[in-house]
Amino acid sequence: MIDLENAAYSYSGNELLSGMSVSITPGAFYFLTGPSGSGKTTFLKLCYGALTATSGIVSLFGNSRASMSRDEIAIARRKIGVVHQDCQFLDHLSVIENIALPLEVAGQDRLSDQMNLKELLAWVGLNKRAEAYPPELSGGERQRAALARAIIMSPDIILADEPTGNIDWEMSERLLKLLIELNRMGKTIVVASHDLSLIRTAKTQVPVRVLRINNRQVQLAGADL
Amino acid sequence: MIAPISNFLAMISGDGRRNKVVPPTGFTATLSTAASAIMAFLVVFALVLSLAADRLAARWSTALSGSATLRVSASADQLEAQVQQALQVLQTTSGIASARVMSADEQRALLEPWFGPDMPLEDLAVPRLIDIQETSAGYDAQGLRLRLAAEVPSAVLDDHTRWQKPLARAAQRLWLLGIVSIILMIAANAAMITLAARASMAANAQVIAVLRLIGATDNYIASAFVGRFTFRAFAGASIGIALGAVVVYLIPSEEPRSLILTGLGLQGLEWLWLLFIPPFSAGTAYLSTRRAAQQVLAGLA
Repeated sequence: MIDLENAAYSYSGNELLSGMSVSITPGAFYFLTGPSGSGKTTFLKLCYGALTATSGIVSLFGNSRASMSRDEIAIARRKIGVVHQDCQFLDHLSVIENIALPLEVAGQDRLSDQMNLKELLAWVGLNKRAEAYPPELSGGERQRAALARAIIMSPDIILADEPTGNIDWEMSERLLKLLIELNRMGKTIVVASHDLSLIRTAKTQVPVRVLRINNRQVQLAGADL
Repeated sequence: MIAPISNFLAMISGDGRRNKVVPPTGFTATLSTAASAIMAFLVVFALVLSLAADRLAARWSTALSGSATLRVSASADQLEAQVQQALQVLQTTSGIASARVMSADEQRALLEPWFGPDMPLEDLAVPRLIDIQETSAGYDAQGLRLRLAAEVPSAVLDDHTRWQKPLARAAQRLWLLGIVSIILMIAANAAMITLAARASMAANAQVIAVLRLIGATDNYIASAFVGRFTFRAFAGASIGIALGAVVVYLIPSEEPRSLILTGLGLQGLEWLWLLFIPPFSAGTAYLSTRRAAQQVLAGLA
């Protein structure tokens, strides 16, 4: 699905990540941990093709990222749902329009997906906030809207960067529950988080693999969390 | 249909959903529409000037072609004999269809603009003029001059080319100046629209980031911006030519009385030229902003 082979990333001469050899396997639930500034976001950006590895190989669905055109990367990104901590939305569009935007971008007819869209909004608990605008949403609502947008194209993998960073514990559990449900539907999940209690909660419900960034290297951690 | 043409038509018609992803912007929208309107307004006048110059050049080139004038100057007692001798030379010159001595009234009419009416022509030593009409094959002007120099030394042949050619050339240059002005105005408009599009893209970096995150191709993102500016250029140019057309229509246009003057307005089918300005303005805006958008997106990759 997504493979990193001795991949490294440097910025302005400073190596942020090095010697990473990781395979994200289909259907697994990953947590990516590490201290703030360790390179979790950079790792995720390499995984969804926003950054190019400065050495080594990053493959997205069997294709080397370095040899893909910008359009090929855009098409590949439709199979990857991304949820950011700061939840970027188009503030002049309503919640439902933002969530449906990936369909529009992919050239799919919105009307034929109307039913799915309503179900999706109900599933994330935003059916009453469909016509609201992003600035009107709370932190938790924004995260759930971002998750809905990330999965509307039924992606193979969902990458979430500190999705619970700005929300309370109750809302974090609710979001985690949605991610676990998606994983049970067969989606691959990668969640970057430094919240160990969230990881422990997840481990009680699904098999979890933990990737730990330590000294610019990404390693598969043991079961000591 | 070829992809760029179908994209262009989709943008002109206004792909609402695609354009909606870019938030409406105030000053760039007004600025780009106003710039297009002003440029189109100026293009109308450059076009009018250019077409008028073209008509003038054509008029000067053709009006006096095929005719010439022979001027015979001599003392009063010699004048009639010299005129008859000149007529004889002309009648035996191949390529000349007719030669006619102009009457005193005709000569008086020619001099009236300079000397006023009722000029006593008979009291002045005014040369006699012979109007020459040539055949379609034409005559050898140089050969005729040599014959006249030998047989009627007081006769001077004026085949009008001395002043006709520089005037026609000046009119042609005026036409060219008009065309160059139109090209420069369209280029300036395209540059302004491009700058506005770049400013809009810079102001909407967040929108571009979101679109990229959800899998939008460069073509999709560029279209969202390009479509909007293409439509603005079209709308602005339409306003500009409408105003320009009204002003041109109101310019007093009199039937030209001389070869020097010609109407400055548009005549007949020439009005149809105005209809080409909005699509042409939109087309240049489309090409220039599309290129700029692709460059910006490549830079952001």
